[in-house]
Amino acid sequence: MLLVAENISFGFPDKPVLRDVSLTVHRGEIISLLGPNGSGKTTLLKSLLGLYRLDKGRVLFEGRAISSLRQKTLAQSIAYVPQIHRASFAYSVIDVVLMGRIPHKTFFSRFSAEDLDIAHAALDKLSILHLRDRPYTQISGGERQLTLIARAMTQGAHTFIMDEPANGLDYGNQIKLLEGLIDLCEEGYTFLKSTHFPDHALWVADRVIMLKDGSIIADGRPDNVITSESLFALYGREVDVHSLRESFKVCIPRKIGTCRCAHT
Amino acid sequence: MSKNIWIPCLVFLLIFTVLFSLTLGKYEINLREIFAFLSASAGFGTMDEEKYALFSNILLDIRLPRIIAAALIGSALSVSGAAFQAMFINPLVSPALLGVLAGASFGAALGMIVSSSWFAVQAGAFVCGFLAVLIAVGIARLYRGDRLLMLILGGIISGALFTSLLSIVKYVADPYNQLPAIVYWLMGGLSLADGKTVLYVSVPICTGILCLLLFSRYLNILSMGDDEAKSLGINVTRIRMVLIFFATLISALTVVIGGLIGWVGLIIPHVARMLVGPDNRILMPVAALIGAIYLIVVDDVARMLFTVEIPLGIVTSLMGIPFFILVLKNARKGWA
Repeated sequence: MLLVAENISFGFPDKPVLRDVSLTVHRGEIISLLGPNGSGKTTLLKSLLGLYRLDKGRVLFEGRAISSLRQKTLAQSIAYVPQIHRASFAYSVIDVVLMGRIPHKTFFSRFSAEDLDIAHAALDKLSILHLRDRPYTQISGGERQLTLIARAMTQGAHTFIMDEPANGLDYGNQIKLLEGLIDLCEEGYTFLKSTHFPDHALWVADRVIMLKDGSIIADGRPDNVITSESLFALYGREVDVHSLRESFKVCIPRKIGTCRCAHT
Repeated sequence: MSKNIWIPCLVFLLIFTVLFSLTLGKYEINLREIFAFLSASAGFGTMDEEKYALFSNILLDIRLPRIIAAALIGSALSVSGAAFQAMFINPLVSPALLGVLAGASFGAALGMIVSSSWFAVQAGAFVCGFLAVLIAVGIARLYRGDRLLMLILGGIISGALFTSLLSIVKYVADPYNQLPAIVYWLMGGLSLADGKTVLYVSVPICTGILCLLLFSRYLNILSMGDDEAKSLGINVTRIRMVLIFFATLISALTVVIGGLIGWVGLIIPHVARMLVGPDNRILMPVAALIGAIYLIVVDDVARMLFTVEIPLGIVTSLMGIPFFILVLKNARKGWA
Protein backbone atom coordinates (compact mmCIF):
# COMPACT_ATOMS: atom_id res chain seq x y z
CA MET A 1 0.00 0.00 0.00
CA LEU A 2 1.63 3.15 -1.26
CA LEU A 3 -0.88 5.85 -0.60
CA VAL A 4 -3.92 5.48 1.63
CA ALA A 5 -6.72 7.89 2.43
CA GLU A 6 -8.59 7.01 5.61
CA ASN A 7 -12.06 8.51 5.94
CA ILE A 8 -11.06 11.97 4.81
CA SER A 9 -13.52 14.84 4.87
CA PHE A 10 -12.89 18.39 3.76
CA GLY A 11 -14.96 21.42 2.91
CA PHE A 12 -16.60 24.57 4.10
CA PRO A 13 -19.19 24.50 6.90
CA ASP A 14 -22.04 25.15 4.47
CA LYS A 15 -20.61 23.05 1.66
CA PRO A 16 -18.76 19.80 2.26
CA VAL A 17 -16.52 18.92 -0.68
CA LEU A 18 -15.25 15.49 0.37
CA ARG A 19 -17.31 13.24 2.64
CA ASP A 20 -15.65 10.35 4.35
CA VAL A 21 -13.52 9.25 1.42
CA SER A 22 -11.28 6.20 1.75
CA LEU A 23 -9.06 4.78 -0.97
CA THR A 24 -5.84 2.88 -1.43
CA VAL A 25 -3.25 3.28 -4.16
CA HIS A 26 -0.91 0.36 -4.81
CA ARG A 27 2.54 0.65 -6.32
CA GLY A 28 2.63 0.44 -10.11
CA GLU A 29 -1.06 1.10 -10.68
CA ILE A 30 -2.69 3.50 -13.08
CA ILE A 31 -5.85 4.73 -11.42
CA SER A 32 -8.42 6.88 -13.18
CA LEU A 33 -10.63 9.11 -11.11
CA LEU A 34 -13.96 9.78 -12.79
CA GLY A 35 -16.61 12.20 -11.67
CA PRO A 36 -18.76 15.05 -12.97
CA ASN A 37 -17.75 18.69 -12.70
CA GLY A 38 -17.76 19.82 -9.09
CA SER A 39 -17.70 16.29 -7.69
CA GLY A 40 -14.53 17.03 -5.73
CA LYS A 41 -11.90 15.36 -7.94
CA THR A 42 -9.36 18.16 -7.73
CA THR A 43 -9.94 18.57 -4.00
CA LEU A 44 -9.42 14.84 -3.48
CA LEU A 45 -6.17 14.87 -5.47
CA LYS A 46 -4.89 17.90 -3.59
CA SER A 47 -5.85 16.33 -0.26
CA LEU A 48 -3.77 13.28 -1.15
CA LEU A 49 -0.86 15.65 -1.80
CA GLY A 50 -1.21 17.12 1.65
CA LEU A 51 -2.13 20.57 0.35
CA TYR A 52 -5.14 20.96 2.61
CA ARG A 53 -5.69 20.70 6.32
CA LEU A 54 -8.36 18.02 6.41
CA ASP A 55 -11.44 18.32 8.61
CA LYS A 56 -11.40 14.62 9.33
CA GLY A 57 -9.34 11.54 8.52
CA ARG A 58 -5.78 11.24 7.37
CA VAL A 59 -3.61 10.37 4.41
CA LEU A 60 -0.77 7.85 4.74
CA PHE A 61 2.20 7.52 2.44
CA GLU A 62 4.07 4.23 2.85
CA GLY A 63 2.40 3.84 6.21
CA ARG A 64 3.25 7.29 7.58
CA ALA A 65 0.82 10.17 7.95
CA ILE A 66 1.73 12.78 5.33
CA SER A 67 0.89 15.57 7.73
CA SER A 68 3.85 14.38 9.83
CA LEU A 69 6.22 14.23 6.85
CA ARG A 70 8.24 17.23 5.78
CA GLN A 71 6.88 18.83 2.62
CA LYS A 72 10.32 18.39 1.09
CA THR A 73 10.52 14.66 1.85
CA LEU A 74 7.05 14.15 0.44
CA ALA A 75 7.96 16.07 -2.73
CA GLN A 76 10.75 13.58 -3.41
CA SER A 77 8.17 10.77 -3.52
CA ILE A 78 4.92 12.27 -4.80
CA ALA A 79 4.69 14.72 -7.66
CA TYR A 80 1.74 16.87 -8.63
CA VAL A 81 1.03 17.46 -12.31
CA PRO A 82 -1.52 20.28 -12.32
CA GLN A 83 -4.00 21.06 -15.04
CA ILE A 84 -2.44 22.96 -17.92
CA HIS A 85 -2.25 26.56 -16.85
CA ARG A 86 -1.43 29.83 -18.39
CA ALA A 87 1.82 30.93 -16.82
CA SER A 88 2.32 34.60 -16.03
CA PHE A 89 6.05 34.66 -16.58
CA ALA A 90 7.87 33.30 -19.60
CA TYR A 91 10.36 30.99 -17.90
CA SER A 92 12.22 28.74 -20.30
CA VAL A 93 11.15 25.08 -20.39
CA ILE A 94 14.41 23.94 -18.83
CA ASP A 95 13.99 26.37 -15.93
CA VAL A 96 10.49 25.01 -15.24
CA VAL A 97 11.78 21.43 -15.34
CA LEU A 98 14.73 22.29 -13.08
CA MET A 99 12.26 23.43 -10.42
CA GLY A 100 11.76 19.71 -9.85
CA ARG A 101 15.24 19.57 -8.29
CA ILE A 102 14.27 21.99 -5.52
CA PRO A 103 13.21 19.28 -3.02
CA HIS A 104 16.73 17.86 -3.29
CA LYS A 105 18.48 21.15 -2.56
CA THR A 106 19.35 22.90 0.64
CA PHE A 107 18.77 26.65 0.89
CA PHE A 108 22.23 27.69 -0.25
CA SER A 109 23.11 24.91 -2.69
CA ARG A 110 22.87 25.80 -6.34
CA PHE A 111 21.75 23.62 -9.24
CA SER A 112 24.63 21.39 -10.30
CA ALA A 113 25.58 19.82 -13.62
CA GLU A 114 24.00 16.64 -12.30
CA ASP A 115 20.67 18.41 -11.73
CA LEU A 116 20.83 19.67 -15.30
CA ASP A 117 21.56 16.15 -16.56
CA ILE A 118 18.53 14.78 -14.71
CA ALA A 119 16.33 17.50 -16.20
CA HIS A 120 17.70 16.85 -19.68
CA ALA A 121 17.15 13.12 -19.30
CA ALA A 122 13.48 13.71 -18.41
CA LEU A 123 12.98 16.04 -21.37
CA ASP A 124 14.71 13.55 -23.64
CA LYS A 125 12.57 10.68 -22.42
CA LEU A 126 9.40 12.58 -23.29
CA SER A 127 11.02 13.60 -26.62
CA ILE A 128 10.75 17.31 -25.95
CA LEU A 129 14.44 18.07 -25.46
CA HIS A 130 14.26 20.40 -28.46
CA LEU A 131 11.92 22.68 -26.46
CA ARG A 132 14.64 23.22 -23.81
CA ASP A 133 15.12 26.95 -24.30
CA ARG A 134 11.65 27.88 -25.53
CA PRO A 135 9.55 30.13 -23.28
CA TYR A 136 7.02 28.05 -21.35
CA THR A 137 4.30 30.56 -22.32
CA GLN A 138 4.84 30.07 -26.03
CA ILE A 139 4.63 26.29 -26.40
CA SER A 140 1.38 24.39 -27.06
CA GLY A 141 -0.87 23.00 -24.35
CA GLY A 142 0.32 19.45 -25.02
CA GLU A 143 3.95 20.50 -24.80
CA ARG A 144 3.24 22.33 -21.55
CA GLN A 145 1.64 19.21 -20.09
CA LEU A 146 4.70 17.18 -21.11
CA THR A 147 6.95 19.82 -19.53
CA LEU A 148 5.07 19.46 -16.25
CA ILE A 149 5.43 15.67 -16.46
CA ALA A 150 9.16 16.09 -17.11
CA ARG A 151 9.32 18.29 -14.01
CA ALA A 152 7.56 15.59 -11.98
CA MET A 153 10.12 13.02 -13.21
CA THR A 154 12.97 15.40 -12.41
CA GLN A 155 11.56 15.61 -8.89
CA GLY A 156 12.63 11.97 -8.48
CA ALA A 157 9.08 11.08 -7.49
CA HIS A 158 7.59 7.78 -8.63
CA THR A 159 4.00 8.53 -7.70
CA PHE A 160 2.29 11.06 -9.94
CA ILE A 161 -0.97 12.75 -9.06
CA MET A 162 -2.33 14.28 -12.23
CA ASP A 163 -5.29 16.61 -12.58
CA GLU A 164 -7.01 16.01 -15.91
CA PRO A 165 -3.80 15.54 -17.86
CA ALA A 166 -5.67 14.94 -21.13
CA ASN A 167 -7.66 18.15 -20.81
CA GLY A 168 -7.03 20.54 -23.67
CA LEU A 169 -4.84 18.15 -25.62
CA ASP A 170 -5.64 17.33 -29.22
CA TYR A 171 -6.55 13.74 -30.10
CA GLY A 172 -3.02 12.76 -31.09
CA ASN A 173 -1.51 14.26 -27.95
CA GLN A 174 -4.10 12.52 -25.77
CA ILE A 175 -3.08 9.17 -27.21
CA LYS A 176 0.59 10.09 -26.87
CA LEU A 177 0.02 10.97 -23.23
CA LEU A 178 -1.73 7.67 -22.49
CA GLU A 179 1.00 5.71 -24.27
CA GLY A 180 3.55 7.59 -22.21
CA LEU A 181 1.74 6.65 -18.99
CA ILE A 182 1.81 2.97 -19.93
CA ASP A 183 5.55 3.15 -20.66
CA LEU A 184 6.32 4.90 -17.38
CA CYS A 185 4.06 2.51 -15.49
CA GLU A 186 6.15 -0.40 -16.72
CA GLU A 187 9.19 1.34 -15.23
CA GLY A 188 7.55 1.36 -11.84
CA TYR A 189 5.77 4.69 -11.81
CA THR A 190 2.35 4.93 -10.17
CA PHE A 191 -0.37 7.21 -11.50
CA LEU A 192 -3.52 8.61 -10.02
CA LYS A 193 -5.20 10.82 -12.58
CA SER A 194 -8.57 12.43 -12.89
CA THR A 195 -10.21 12.38 -16.28
CA HIS A 196 -13.42 13.29 -18.03
CA PHE A 197 -13.09 10.44 -20.52
CA PRO A 198 -14.41 7.02 -19.36
CA ASP A 199 -12.82 5.61 -22.53
CA HIS A 200 -9.38 6.65 -21.32
CA ALA A 201 -10.03 4.81 -18.09
CA LEU A 202 -11.11 1.70 -20.03
CA TRP A 203 -8.01 1.90 -22.22
CA VAL A 204 -5.19 2.36 -19.75
CA ALA A 205 -6.34 2.23 -16.14
CA ASP A 206 -5.82 -0.71 -13.82
CA ARG A 207 -8.46 0.69 -11.57
CA VAL A 208 -11.26 3.23 -11.70
CA ILE A 209 -12.59 5.27 -8.83
CA MET A 210 -15.87 7.11 -9.28
CA LEU A 211 -16.54 10.20 -7.24
CA LYS A 212 -19.91 11.85 -6.92
CA ASP A 213 -20.84 14.72 -4.59
CA GLY A 214 -17.66 14.14 -2.63
CA SER A 215 -18.23 10.43 -2.02
CA ILE A 216 -16.79 7.39 -3.74
CA ILE A 217 -19.59 5.44 -5.42
CA ALA A 218 -17.46 2.80 -7.13
CA ASP A 219 -13.89 1.53 -6.95
CA GLY A 220 -12.59 -1.44 -8.91
CA ARG A 221 -11.37 -2.85 -12.22
CA PRO A 222 -12.43 -0.67 -15.17
CA ASP A 223 -14.50 -3.33 -16.93
CA ASN A 224 -16.36 -4.06 -13.72
CA VAL A 225 -16.89 -0.48 -12.67
CA ILE A 226 -17.59 1.30 -15.94
CA THR A 227 -21.11 0.18 -16.83
CA SER A 228 -24.20 1.82 -18.26
CA GLU A 229 -25.64 2.00 -14.77
CA SER A 230 -22.62 3.60 -13.12
CA LEU A 231 -22.13 6.11 -15.95
CA PHE A 232 -25.79 7.08 -15.68
CA ALA A 233 -25.42 7.48 -11.94
CA LEU A 234 -22.34 9.62 -12.46
CA TYR A 235 -23.26 11.80 -15.42
CA GLY A 236 -27.04 11.37 -15.78
CA ARG A 237 -26.72 10.31 -19.44
CA GLU A 238 -27.46 6.94 -20.96
CA VAL A 239 -24.29 5.37 -22.28
CA ASP A 240 -23.75 1.87 -23.60
CA VAL A 241 -20.51 0.11 -22.87
CA HIS A 242 -19.67 -2.22 -25.74
CA SER A 243 -17.12 -5.01 -25.78
CA LEU A 244 -15.02 -4.77 -28.89
CA ARG A 245 -12.63 -7.63 -28.22
CA GLU A 246 -11.87 -9.75 -25.23
CA SER A 247 -11.63 -7.34 -22.31
CA PHE A 248 -11.53 -4.21 -24.45
CA LYS A 249 -14.49 -1.91 -24.14
CA VAL A 250 -15.65 1.43 -25.48
CA CYS A 251 -18.43 3.78 -24.43
CA ILE A 252 -21.03 4.99 -26.88
CA PRO A 253 -23.70 7.46 -25.82
CA ARG A 254 -27.03 5.69 -26.39
CA LYS A 255 -29.05 8.46 -28.04
CA ILE A 256 -26.26 9.47 -30.41
CA GLY A 257 -25.53 5.81 -31.11
CA THR A 258 -29.10 5.01 -32.07
CA CYS A 259 -29.57 8.18 -34.15
CA ARG A 260 -26.47 7.50 -36.18
CA CYS A 261 -27.48 3.85 -36.65
CA ALA A 262 -30.87 4.94 -37.99
CA HIS A 263 -29.13 7.04 -40.64
CA THR A 264 -27.12 4.16 -42.03
CA MET B 1 24.83 31.80 -19.69
CA SER B 2 25.35 34.93 -21.74
CA LYS B 3 22.73 36.80 -19.70
CA ASN B 4 25.12 36.83 -16.74
CA ILE B 5 27.28 39.32 -18.63
CA TRP B 6 24.73 41.98 -17.75
CA ILE B 7 25.74 41.96 -14.11
CA PRO B 8 29.39 43.07 -14.53
CA CYS B 9 28.28 45.51 -17.25
CA LEU B 10 25.73 47.10 -14.93
CA VAL B 11 28.18 47.20 -12.01
CA PHE B 12 30.58 49.10 -14.27
CA LEU B 13 27.79 51.43 -15.39
CA LEU B 14 26.78 52.00 -11.76
CA ILE B 15 30.34 52.99 -10.79
CA PHE B 16 30.51 55.33 -13.76
CA THR B 17 27.14 56.85 -12.86
CA VAL B 18 28.28 57.45 -9.27
CA LEU B 19 31.52 59.13 -10.39
CA PHE B 20 29.73 61.22 -12.99
CA SER B 21 27.07 62.28 -10.51
CA LEU B 22 29.81 63.38 -8.09
CA THR B 23 30.89 65.96 -10.67
CA LEU B 24 27.41 67.49 -10.86
CA GLY B 25 26.51 70.41 -8.66
CA LYS B 26 26.85 74.16 -8.23
CA TYR B 27 30.56 73.93 -7.48
CA GLU B 28 32.31 72.49 -10.52
CA ILE B 29 34.53 69.49 -9.92
CA ASN B 30 35.61 67.45 -12.93
CA LEU B 31 36.38 63.74 -13.11
CA ARG B 32 40.15 64.30 -13.07
CA GLU B 33 39.91 66.28 -9.84
CA ILE B 34 37.78 63.54 -8.34
CA PHE B 35 40.41 60.93 -9.20
CA ALA B 36 43.11 63.21 -7.76
CA PHE B 37 41.05 63.53 -4.58
CA LEU B 38 40.47 59.78 -4.39
CA SER B 39 44.15 58.93 -4.83
CA ALA B 40 45.08 61.62 -2.30
CA SER B 41 42.72 60.16 0.28
CA ALA B 42 44.04 56.67 -0.49
CA GLY B 43 47.53 58.03 0.31
CA PHE B 44 48.90 57.96 -3.22
CA GLY B 45 48.98 61.51 -4.57
CA THR B 46 49.14 64.79 -2.72
CA MET B 47 46.70 67.65 -2.83
CA ASP B 48 46.56 71.19 -1.60
CA GLU B 49 45.27 70.95 1.97
CA GLU B 50 42.63 73.65 1.67
CA LYS B 51 41.34 72.21 -1.59
CA TYR B 52 41.33 68.74 -0.06
CA ALA B 53 39.16 69.91 2.83
CA LEU B 54 36.78 71.65 0.44
CA PHE B 55 36.53 68.60 -1.80
CA SER B 56 36.08 66.35 1.18
CA ASN B 57 33.20 68.50 2.34
CA ILE B 58 31.48 68.74 -1.04
CA LEU B 59 32.08 65.21 -2.24
CA LEU B 60 31.92 63.12 0.90
CA ASP B 61 29.56 65.12 3.10
CA ILE B 62 27.15 66.55 0.57
CA ARG B 63 27.12 64.73 -2.75
CA LEU B 64 28.07 61.16 -1.87
CA PRO B 65 25.40 60.58 0.85
CA ARG B 66 22.78 61.77 -1.57
CA ILE B 67 24.04 59.53 -4.37
CA ILE B 68 24.19 56.55 -2.03
CA ALA B 69 20.70 57.34 -0.79
CA ALA B 70 19.41 57.39 -4.37
CA ALA B 71 21.15 54.10 -5.15
CA LEU B 72 19.79 52.42 -2.01
CA ILE B 73 16.24 53.61 -2.61
CA GLY B 74 16.33 52.63 -6.28
CA SER B 75 17.67 49.16 -5.48
CA ALA B 76 15.36 48.56 -2.57
CA LEU B 77 12.19 49.55 -4.43
CA SER B 78 13.15 47.61 -7.57
CA VAL B 79 14.06 44.44 -5.69
CA SER B 80 10.96 44.47 -3.53
CA GLY B 81 8.85 45.27 -6.61
CA ALA B 82 10.33 42.31 -8.50
CA ALA B 83 9.84 40.06 -5.47
CA PHE B 84 6.19 41.15 -5.09
CA GLN B 85 5.50 40.67 -8.81
CA ALA B 86 6.81 37.09 -8.69
CA MET B 87 5.24 36.27 -5.33
CA PHE B 88 1.80 37.59 -6.29
CA ILE B 89 2.11 36.14 -9.81
CA ASN B 90 1.17 39.50 -11.19
CA PRO B 91 3.50 41.74 -13.16
CA LEU B 92 1.40 44.80 -12.36
CA VAL B 93 1.94 44.98 -8.62
CA SER B 94 4.39 47.30 -6.90
CA PRO B 95 5.96 47.35 -3.43
CA ALA B 96 3.00 49.50 -2.33
CA LEU B 97 0.66 46.50 -2.71
CA LEU B 98 0.36 45.67 0.98
CA GLY B 99 0.06 49.27 2.10
CA VAL B 100 3.63 49.87 3.29
CA LEU B 101 3.98 53.20 1.47
CA ALA B 102 0.58 54.48 2.60
CA GLY B 103 1.41 53.51 6.17
CA ALA B 104 4.84 55.09 6.05
CA SER B 105 3.45 58.32 4.57
CA PHE B 106 0.92 58.56 7.36
CA GLY B 107 3.59 57.82 9.97
CA ALA B 108 5.91 60.50 8.62
CA ALA B 109 3.10 63.07 8.48
CA LEU B 110 2.03 62.18 12.01
CA GLY B 111 5.64 62.57 13.15
CA MET B 112 5.71 66.04 11.63
CA ILE B 113 2.69 67.33 13.52
CA VAL B 114 3.34 65.75 16.91
CA SER B 115 7.02 66.53 17.17
CA SER B 116 9.55 68.84 15.64
CA SER B 117 12.31 66.24 15.73
CA TRP B 118 13.46 64.65 12.53
CA PHE B 119 13.81 61.34 14.30
CA ALA B 120 10.08 61.24 15.07
CA VAL B 121 9.31 61.57 11.37
CA GLN B 122 11.65 58.74 10.47
CA ALA B 123 10.51 56.48 13.28
CA GLY B 124 6.86 57.23 12.45
CA ALA B 125 7.40 56.34 8.79
CA PHE B 126 9.13 53.07 9.64
CA VAL B 127 6.74 51.90 12.34
CA CYS B 128 3.55 52.79 10.47
CA GLY B 129 4.87 51.21 7.27
CA PHE B 130 5.21 47.94 9.12
CA LEU B 131 1.91 48.43 10.91
CA ALA B 132 0.07 48.84 7.59
CA VAL B 133 1.48 45.57 6.26
CA LEU B 134 0.67 43.79 9.52
CA ILE B 135 -2.92 44.96 9.22
CA ALA B 136 -3.07 43.77 5.60
CA VAL B 137 -1.70 40.33 6.55
CA GLY B 138 -4.04 40.20 9.55
CA ILE B 139 -7.10 40.93 7.40
CA ALA B 140 -5.98 38.26 4.93
CA ARG B 141 -5.84 35.70 7.73
CA LEU B 142 -9.41 36.39 8.86
CA TYR B 143 -11.04 34.20 6.25
CA ARG B 144 -10.33 31.03 4.36
CA GLY B 145 -9.83 31.33 0.66
CA ASP B 146 -7.27 32.08 -2.00
CA ARG B 147 -4.25 33.33 0.01
CA LEU B 148 -2.93 35.69 -2.65
CA LEU B 149 -6.29 37.27 -3.34
CA MET B 150 -6.91 37.72 0.39
CA LEU B 151 -3.52 39.40 0.82
CA ILE B 152 -4.13 41.75 -2.11
CA LEU B 153 -7.55 42.71 -0.73
CA GLY B 154 -6.05 43.10 2.75
CA GLY B 155 -3.45 45.43 1.23
CA ILE B 156 -6.10 47.50 -0.53
CA ILE B 157 -8.07 47.89 2.71
CA SER B 158 -5.01 48.69 4.79
CA GLY B 159 -3.74 51.16 2.17
CA ALA B 160 -7.13 52.88 2.06
CA LEU B 161 -7.20 53.08 5.86
CA PHE B 162 -3.83 54.80 6.07
CA THR B 163 -4.62 57.08 3.16
CA SER B 164 -7.70 58.29 5.06
CA LEU B 165 -5.69 58.66 8.25
CA LEU B 166 -3.15 60.71 6.29
CA SER B 167 -5.98 62.99 5.12
CA ILE B 168 -6.99 63.51 8.76
CA VAL B 169 -3.43 64.45 9.67
CA LYS B 170 -3.27 66.88 6.76
CA TYR B 171 -6.62 68.37 7.78
CA VAL B 172 -5.57 69.04 11.35
CA ALA B 173 -2.04 70.18 10.43
CA ASP B 174 -1.12 73.82 10.78
CA PRO B 175 -1.68 75.09 7.22
CA TYR B 176 1.25 77.52 7.24
CA ASN B 177 4.14 75.37 8.37
CA GLN B 178 3.18 71.74 8.83
CA LEU B 179 0.93 71.17 5.83
CA PRO B 180 3.46 72.36 3.23
CA ALA B 181 6.13 70.25 4.93
CA ILE B 182 3.91 67.16 4.72
CA VAL B 183 2.94 67.77 1.11
CA TYR B 184 6.55 68.40 0.14
CA TRP B 185 7.69 65.24 1.92
CA LEU B 186 5.09 63.16 0.13
CA MET B 187 6.49 64.31 -3.20
CA GLY B 188 9.71 62.55 -2.31
CA GLY B 189 13.18 64.00 -2.42
CA LEU B 190 16.71 63.52 -1.23
CA SER B 191 17.62 67.08 -0.28
CA LEU B 192 17.29 66.13 3.39
CA ALA B 193 19.34 62.93 3.10
CA ASP B 194 22.22 63.42 5.52
CA GLY B 195 25.28 61.22 5.80
CA LYS B 196 24.44 59.87 9.20
CA THR B 197 20.90 58.71 8.36
CA VAL B 198 22.09 57.19 5.10
CA LEU B 199 24.86 55.35 6.91
CA TYR B 200 22.55 53.94 9.58
CA VAL B 201 19.82 53.00 7.13
CA SER B 202 22.19 51.46 4.58
CA VAL B 203 22.95 48.49 6.83
CA PRO B 204 19.36 47.17 7.12
CA ILE B 205 18.57 48.08 3.51
CA CYS B 206 21.58 46.20 2.16
CA THR B 207 20.81 43.26 4.43
CA GLY B 208 17.19 43.23 3.25
CA ILE B 209 18.18 43.41 -0.42
CA LEU B 210 20.70 40.59 -0.01
CA CYS B 211 18.18 38.41 1.79
CA LEU B 212 15.63 38.92 -0.98
CA LEU B 213 18.31 38.05 -3.55
CA LEU B 214 19.01 34.81 -1.69
CA PHE B 215 15.36 33.82 -2.16
CA SER B 216 15.39 34.45 -5.94
CA ARG B 217 15.15 30.77 -6.82
CA TYR B 218 12.16 30.35 -4.53
CA LEU B 219 10.45 33.32 -6.16
CA ASN B 220 10.39 31.39 -9.44
CA ILE B 221 8.61 28.55 -7.70
CA LEU B 222 6.18 30.77 -5.78
CA SER B 223 5.20 32.31 -9.11
CA MET B 224 3.89 28.92 -10.25
CA GLY B 225 1.13 29.16 -7.63
CA ASP B 226 0.76 27.97 -4.05
CA ASP B 227 -0.30 24.39 -4.76
CA GLU B 228 2.54 23.68 -7.16
CA ALA B 229 5.07 25.34 -4.89
CA LYS B 230 3.89 23.25 -1.95
CA SER B 231 3.99 20.07 -3.99
CA LEU B 232 7.58 20.96 -4.86
CA GLY B 233 8.39 20.85 -1.17
CA ILE B 234 8.30 24.57 -0.43
CA ASN B 235 6.89 25.87 2.84
CA VAL B 236 4.90 28.53 1.00
CA THR B 237 3.39 30.35 3.97
CA ARG B 238 6.67 30.73 5.83
CA ILE B 239 8.73 31.76 2.82
CA ARG B 240 6.11 34.27 1.74
CA MET B 241 6.04 35.85 5.20
CA VAL B 242 9.85 36.10 5.23
CA LEU B 243 9.80 37.73 1.80
CA ILE B 244 7.03 40.14 2.80
CA PHE B 245 9.02 41.03 5.92
CA PHE B 246 12.20 41.94 4.05
CA ALA B 247 10.31 43.73 1.26
CA THR B 248 8.41 45.75 3.86
CA LEU B 249 11.59 46.51 5.79
CA ILE B 250 13.43 47.95 2.82
CA SER B 251 10.39 49.74 1.36
CA ALA B 252 9.62 51.42 4.68
CA LEU B 253 13.25 52.50 4.96
CA THR B 254 13.14 54.16 1.54
CA VAL B 255 10.39 56.39 2.90
CA VAL B 256 12.55 57.10 5.96
CA ILE B 257 15.33 58.45 3.71
CA GLY B 258 13.51 60.03 0.81
CA GLY B 259 9.77 60.22 1.32
CA LEU B 260 7.33 58.78 -1.16
CA ILE B 261 8.96 57.79 -4.46
CA GLY B 262 6.54 56.08 -6.80
CA TRP B 263 6.76 54.02 -9.97
CA VAL B 264 10.33 52.80 -9.52
CA GLY B 265 9.26 49.51 -7.96
CA LEU B 266 6.74 48.89 -10.71
CA ILE B 267 8.79 49.81 -13.75
CA ILE B 268 12.36 48.77 -13.08
CA PRO B 269 11.48 45.06 -12.73
CA HIS B 270 9.90 45.30 -16.19
CA VAL B 271 13.03 46.90 -17.64
CA ALA B 272 15.13 44.16 -16.08
CA ARG B 273 12.76 41.52 -17.42
CA MET B 274 13.09 42.98 -20.92
CA LEU B 275 16.87 42.64 -20.64
CA VAL B 276 17.33 39.25 -19.03
CA GLY B 277 13.93 37.49 -19.02
CA PRO B 278 11.76 36.49 -16.08
CA ASP B 279 14.12 34.10 -14.25
CA ASN B 280 14.36 35.74 -10.84
CA ARG B 281 17.83 34.31 -10.16
CA ILE B 282 19.20 36.85 -12.63
CA LEU B 283 16.28 39.27 -12.75
CA MET B 284 16.61 40.24 -9.07
CA PRO B 285 20.28 41.34 -9.08
CA VAL B 286 19.81 43.05 -12.45
CA ALA B 287 16.75 44.91 -11.13
CA ALA B 288 18.77 46.00 -8.08
CA LEU B 289 21.53 47.45 -10.25
CA ILE B 290 19.23 49.12 -12.79
CA GLY B 291 17.14 50.57 -9.98
CA ALA B 292 20.23 52.10 -8.38
CA ILE B 293 21.47 53.58 -11.65
CA TYR B 294 18.02 54.85 -12.60
CA LEU B 295 17.36 56.66 -9.36
CA ILE B 296 20.83 58.27 -9.28
CA VAL B 297 20.23 59.60 -12.79
CA VAL B 298 16.70 60.76 -11.98
CA ASP B 299 18.00 62.52 -8.87
CA ASP B 300 20.67 64.21 -10.99
CA VAL B 301 17.90 65.47 -13.28
CA ALA B 302 15.82 66.55 -10.28
CA ARG B 303 18.61 68.67 -8.80
CA MET B 304 20.28 69.94 -11.98
CA LEU B 305 17.50 70.58 -14.51
CA PHE B 306 16.26 73.82 -13.03
CA THR B 307 17.73 76.23 -10.53
CA VAL B 308 15.10 75.02 -8.09
CA GLU B 309 15.11 71.36 -7.21
CA ILE B 310 12.15 69.32 -8.50
CA PRO B 311 10.79 66.75 -6.02
CA LEU B 312 12.12 63.33 -6.97
CA GLY B 313 8.75 61.57 -6.80
CA ILE B 314 7.37 63.91 -9.45
CA VAL B 315 10.24 63.14 -11.82
CA THR B 316 9.99 59.39 -11.34
CA SER B 317 6.25 59.50 -12.11
CA LEU B 318 6.66 61.75 -15.13
CA MET B 319 9.44 59.56 -16.52
CA GLY B 320 7.66 56.38 -15.50
CA ILE B 321 4.33 56.91 -17.21
CA PRO B 322 5.49 57.11 -20.84
CA PHE B 323 7.87 54.27 -20.16
CA PHE B 324 5.11 52.10 -18.80
CA ILE B 325 3.09 52.67 -21.95
CA LEU B 326 6.07 51.29 -23.89
CA VAL B 327 6.28 48.31 -21.57
CA LEU B 328 2.59 47.49 -22.19
CA LYS B 329 3.62 46.29 -25.61
CA ASN B 330 5.06 43.24 -23.89
CA ALA B 331 1.84 42.33 -22.05
CA ARG B 332 0.75 40.42 -25.13
CA LYS B 333 3.80 38.15 -25.03
CA GLY B 334 3.39 37.02 -21.44
CA TRP B 335 5.99 39.38 -19.94
CA ALA B 336 8.88 37.71 -21.70
